[in-house]
Amino acid sequence: MSFASFNFPLFSIILALVCSAVSSVLRRKAARILSLCLCLTVAVLSFTLCSVCVRMGGRMDFLMGHYPHPWGNELRFGPLEPFFAGMFSLIMLLSILGGEQQLLRDLPMQRQNYYYVMTDLILVSILALCYSNDLFTGYVFIEICTISSCGILMIREIDRTTLASVRYMIFSLIGSGLFLLGLILLYGITGHLLMPNLLDSVRSVWASGGYRLPLLSSAALITIGLGVKSGLFPFHYWMPDTYGAATASSSAILSGLVSKGYIFFLIKIVHRVFGVEMFYASGIANILFVLGLAGMVVGSVYAMREENIFRMIAFSSAAQIGYIYMGIGISPQLGITACMFHMLAHAVTKPMLFLSAAQLQSCTGKRTVKELRGSARKHPLAGAVFIVGSLSMIGFPATMGFVCKYYFAVAAFAASAGRMIPALIILALSTCLNAVYFGRSIISVLTPGTDADLRRVRVRDNVPFAVSGIMLSALNLLWGLNPKFLYNLIDLGRELL
Amino acid sequence: MKRSLKELFREWDADRFDLSVSGSVPQKERPSPLPPERYDVIPELEETIMRRFHRVVPVLTFLLGLTLSLFLIMTVLELPAFGSSDSPVFNEVFTRYVQDGTEETGAVNTVAGVILDYRAFDTLGETHVLYTALVAVLILLLGFEKTDPGIRTPGYEVIRQDPVLTTCAKLVIPCVVIYGLYIICNGHLGPGGGFCGGTVIGSALILAALAFGFDSVERFVNYRTIRVVLVIALCFYSLSKGYSFFCGANGIESGIRPGTPGRIFSAGLILPLNAAVGVVVSCTMYSLYSVFRRGRL
Amino acid sequence: MMERIWDERIQIVAVILFTIGFCTLLVHKNLLKKIIGLNIMDTASYLLLTSMGYVEGRLAPIIRGGNTDPSAYVNPLPAGLVLTGIVVSVSVTALLLALTIRLYRHYHSLDLDKIYELAAKEDQNER
Repeated sequence: MSFASFNFPLFSIILALVCSAVSSVLRRKAARILSLCLCLTVAVLSFTLCSVCVRMGGRMDFLMGHYPHPWGNELRFGPLEPFFAGMFSLIMLLSILGGEQQLLRDLPMQRQNYYYVMTDLILVSILALCYSNDLFTGYVFIEICTISSCGILMIREIDRTTLASVRYMIFSLIGSGLFLLGLILLYGITGHLLMPNLLDSVRSVWASGGYRLPLLSSAALITIGLGVKSGLFPFHYWMPDTYGAATASSSAILSGLVSKGYIFFLIKIVHRVFGVEMFYASGIANILFVLGLAGMVVGSVYAMREENIFRMIAFSSAAQIGYIYMGIGISPQLGITACMFHMLAHAVTKPMLFLSAAQLQSCTGKRTVKELRGSARKHPLAGAVFIVGSLSMIGFPATMGFVCKYYFAVAAFAASAGRMIPALIILALSTCLNAVYFGRSIISVLTPGTDADLRRVRVRDNVPFAVSGIMLSALNLLWGLNPKFLYNLIDLGRELL
Repeated sequence: MKRSLKELFREWDADRFDLSVSGSVPQKERPSPLPPERYDVIPELEETIMRRFHRVVPVLTFLLGLTLSLFLIMTVLELPAFGSSDSPVFNEVFTRYVQDGTEETGAVNTVAGVILDYRAFDTLGETHVLYTALVAVLILLLGFEKTDPGIRTPGYEVIRQDPVLTTCAKLVIPCVVIYGLYIICNGHLGPGGGFCGGTVIGSALILAALAFGFDSVERFVNYRTIRVVLVIALCFYSLSKGYSFFCGANGIESGIRPGTPGRIFSAGLILPLNAAVGVVVSCTMYSLYSVFRRGRL
Repeated sequence: MMERIWDERIQIVAVILFTIGFCTLLVHKNLLKKIIGLNIMDTASYLLLTSMGYVEGRLAPIIRGGNTDPSAYVNPLPAGLVLTGIVVSVSVTALLLALTIRLYRHYHSLDLDKIYELAAKEDQNER
């Protein structure tokens, strides 16, 4: 069994590719069922593989073809990669499920199957980014991810989505251009593209002191490229437009999964290409640390000023991406573990917020925080999911958000004073700001509205949303109350990365 | 109304270039796709903070460009010297690709061996990039002839049944198709392969659509056939390559042999994969042209 | 120093082109010119990549007459990577052009600033 399970990454990728191709000739319903089944299958396969890897306690190189590195493509997985792949596909399943009502409303009827083609392709690219052991394969799948994210964004045919997609594409393409240039420079000084050989070459080049500038600039270009694509602070301008204009499922997938896929790939690059020592000695980590801190504050300040609830959640995403980069910058062990925990927490929480906000919005028909007054009373389930999500974003105890803030604080205390003090201050400040704007929206949805029309939305009116909302909240509370298992898994996985 | 090249260039430079079909159709005959009041909406640009910021943009851009290019030039000067054979790029990877590539993959053209055997996963992704882009363009533009009256106007799809054009097309198209097939089939033997061959065949389809009109091309290449053919080609690609990956990773004999290098039926999977890629590329190229031109397939 | 610059002229031109394309993509307000900038940027990257595998006097990596001596051929790997890159850049260009057509049909302008202003006006009208 354990031997066979090593083929699961290959099976999931090929299965997802075939599903994406077949979905283009299916009808809407069939494509939807195929896509949901695909996500479920991939999640099951990935979690099985994860348990096998944990029991084995090691990692595995899987040849894509007949040739080992440095000649042929490879996949590599320890416990962490299948776990993230499984979580990503599970969250994608729940996001597609929870936004069905909005999908039916927002999408042109005759082309809805293309939506599922695009989600399947996003799943493929995220899987490939999780598993790939090759830098150039990463580039190719980053591009697939970019185009298909743009696809699920612009399929909602209002003109704001087209405009938002243009902005999203421009930033993404700048990111991929920088990434590609960094990759080429790295290839020029090492002659390799497979990560294990890159790591060896980079170590020897760094130790010998030659090619210092190309090495540094390639590391900087790759990091900035992926940072731009995932919405690092000065490049976060595409986020509010994008997440605010797309249909709920797309916003959930884009904010919950796509940006996390890029960041996961970046963390892999830090560990497997440049090596932790070189990356932290070169000062790039410091830049990430500062930009992350800035993003935490600026994103929250913008979110406070925003009236539209979707744009508010989107700006809070910019702040959360700041947390993640702050975690990468703070220290290579505790910091990165905390940052990965936060990636999971954010990937679970953001879809909750987007999906439930869309439900609340469809109750009242309004998008601003003020006008959502009393909507939680009309739609209690969506209100509950929204409140759990908001509390998790604030960092209320018993939610995942609290646990990751705790781990960030632990990481900050272990770091040098120069990093500890700013990190702690900004962490506290950002938490307060989060509490202000999420608290405001919680109060707004709970206050009794002036509407006399008090027809309650029952759970049975929208079963898919109920399933996805309850599952996501349960995951959030489960790992909020009992984070030890998850933390140990991430720590083990990080050691083996 | 024909506009001279100079005029076109001037419009282009002043950002007034018209995207619509220029020259062949008089502008007045086409009803504007927008209500006229929208043109009035375009305001004289207001003196906002953004505006003032935009005035310094050229200076900032110049500075940014200067810094970036100086930085990159310094970087490039530190790279291994151009054209030297002892740079790190010529390492054991290169040696094996050239020395053993023909024997291991059966392809005389090492580039084909590299992209379709050694690094086949990249190319699998690459083919799907094209497919993704095609689906995205279809999402954006398909069915637009219904909402945009400009496209439905007579004369938009200009079909000049010009005898010179049709006669030349009849002569040229078969040659182009045969040349494309030759490139695809010789991908493992010489310069070529699925991507360039597919583009050549796609250009033959586009030429046919230009000369004889879309209707005559549609008899054999239409929305339905393109979708079916694409799905078959992509599934064949993914499944056959998946089988080969599976066998390679688990050390199972796959039954795919490199054959005698230099023969047309050699190099294992490379020839069928090139054919699948060629199908995908040619369908994509023609579909993109058709969708851009008239909003449907 | 000048000699070194002259020897590296191809790679220097490549990075200058990259910068030009990058700046055009980043700050030019005309959408079509942004797309042209994107293509310049990508092509410059491919030029840089190709130049790394090139050695004066060597042949294209197509094995002739059973001569598998590595010192006779240039590096096939950059060629393969460039091929992949070209396909990626074609796809992205097609998507951006389609987006441009959609925006032009609605706003009748290619100027991104104007489009943003129009969109903001539309938002105000909706409220």
